[in-house]
Amino acid sequence: MSIKRLFLVMGGVGLSAALTFAATTTVMSVQINKADLRETPSYLGKVVTSLAYGDKVTIQSENGAWLQVSASGQSGWLHNSALTKKNIVMKSGAGAQTSASSGEMALAGKGFNSDVEAQFKNNHKEINFAPIDKMEKIKIPIADIQEFAKAGKLHSAGGAK
Amino acid sequence: MNPRNLIALTLCILVAGCGTLEKISEVGTGLGVATGAITADQAQSINKSAGAIDKASESMTPEQEYYIGRTVAATILSQNKPFDNRSLTTYLNTVGQYLAMFSDKPETFGGYHFLVMDTPDINAFAAPGGLILVSRGMLRCCKTEDALAGVLAHEIGHVELNHGLQAIDKSRYSAAVTTILAEGAKNLAGNNVAELTKAFEGSISDITSKMVNSGYARKYEFQADKAAVTILERAGYSPNGLVAMLQQMEKDLKPGGHDFAKTHPAPKDRIDELAKLIKTPASMDTASRHPRFNENMRGL
Repeated sequence: MSIKRLFLVMGGVGLSAALTFAATTTVMSVQINKADLRETPSYLGKVVTSLAYGDKVTIQSENGAWLQVSASGQSGWLHNSALTKKNIVMKSGAGAQTSASSGEMALAGKGFNSDVEAQFKNNHKEINFAPIDKMEKIKIPIADIQEFAKAGKLHSAGGAK
Repeated sequence: MNPRNLIALTLCILVAGCGTLEKISEVGTGLGVATGAITADQAQSINKSAGAIDKASESMTPEQEYYIGRTVAATILSQNKPFDNRSLTTYLNTVGQYLAMFSDKPETFGGYHFLVMDTPDINAFAAPGGLILVSRGMLRCCKTEDALAGVLAHEIGHVELNHGLQAIDKSRYSAAVTTILAEGAKNLAGNNVAELTKAFEGSISDITSKMVNSGYARKYEFQADKAAVTILERAGYSPNGLVAMLQQMEKDLKPGGHDFAKTHPAPKDRIDELAKLIKTPASMDTASRHPRFNENMRGL
């Protein structure tokens, strides 16, 4: 390889790193099972749509711990703990081809997952998961929480700013 | 230089310095190719993943935290049966889910959920991801809703600060990551699940042993108390409720007991630390919350 070609390769690497950086600063992935996109930066905001694990969002602005994002043509607010700068790759084979060079990726559904839990259950029949499945279903509606907060003279149920 | 060589050179430069895990992966994939288990292209894909995941391995994904948390909570409940009281459970979850919104980590993979354990021992556990278990003995130390909020906010603090995951021996996670990489280009085969389950079982054991037997380091408990004060003040509760609960706990704890007596700093030490943090005046009016607290705790 000539010196000129070597510089071209190195330049390409630099450009690739710069593009990767630009991409990671504006695009984030949903890192929770289901994320409600809201009209305002508050848990009291009306839900615009729900996003799924691994969905990509583009960051538009910031308001404290809340981020205004766009996804699938819709705009709204998410708490920053619902998002990660890592690229969550839903299928390892294809994702590894394109995202490995960023050094910031996570393989969804890999590692400790439902298959591993099933194997654990098989090995430990004495451990009962039924109460866990039951407790996970308990989700108090936000309107009830807001009413509860008001009756108890607490703050608004919108969450931290 | 042909395009394939260019890509190879670029990748070599980008992943340079990613260290041990990548080398482990290369040995594994080399073997895989030699034995015909995977193709050369698949091996390349795995090695690329290794370079990437080495940096990300410091933090587990919320999805993996979720599966760990479910099993930790199920394991603890195998020793302490749930206390089945619908109105108390709803009340506990209303206070808890309200508080969680004011933490720095209101969103977890599966959300925050709360359950009462049917035991007179004074105990509370926060499984990774937000499954929080509180004993009847602990609830009896709470004489007001603000005291109850203090207990729950402390547990939410442990979740927010990832204290459970930090109890996992690093060797287990390394083993898990290596297996995930070997699996990168193909579906999970039986052996991979078995290897991962072994690392998983070890992780569950590390966390439950820390929570139930040895307890977290004192600094983690003080950190969780600090996070609790922040959450309570943001939410409009008086953190003095947490102090009142600790004063009651000091009276109720039995020396040598297998509960908070063993796993937590002495209540007095926590009270002294809290006094440095709390800004809310002790005179704050909390009376409007008393009737519903008394009503919901009646069945205890």
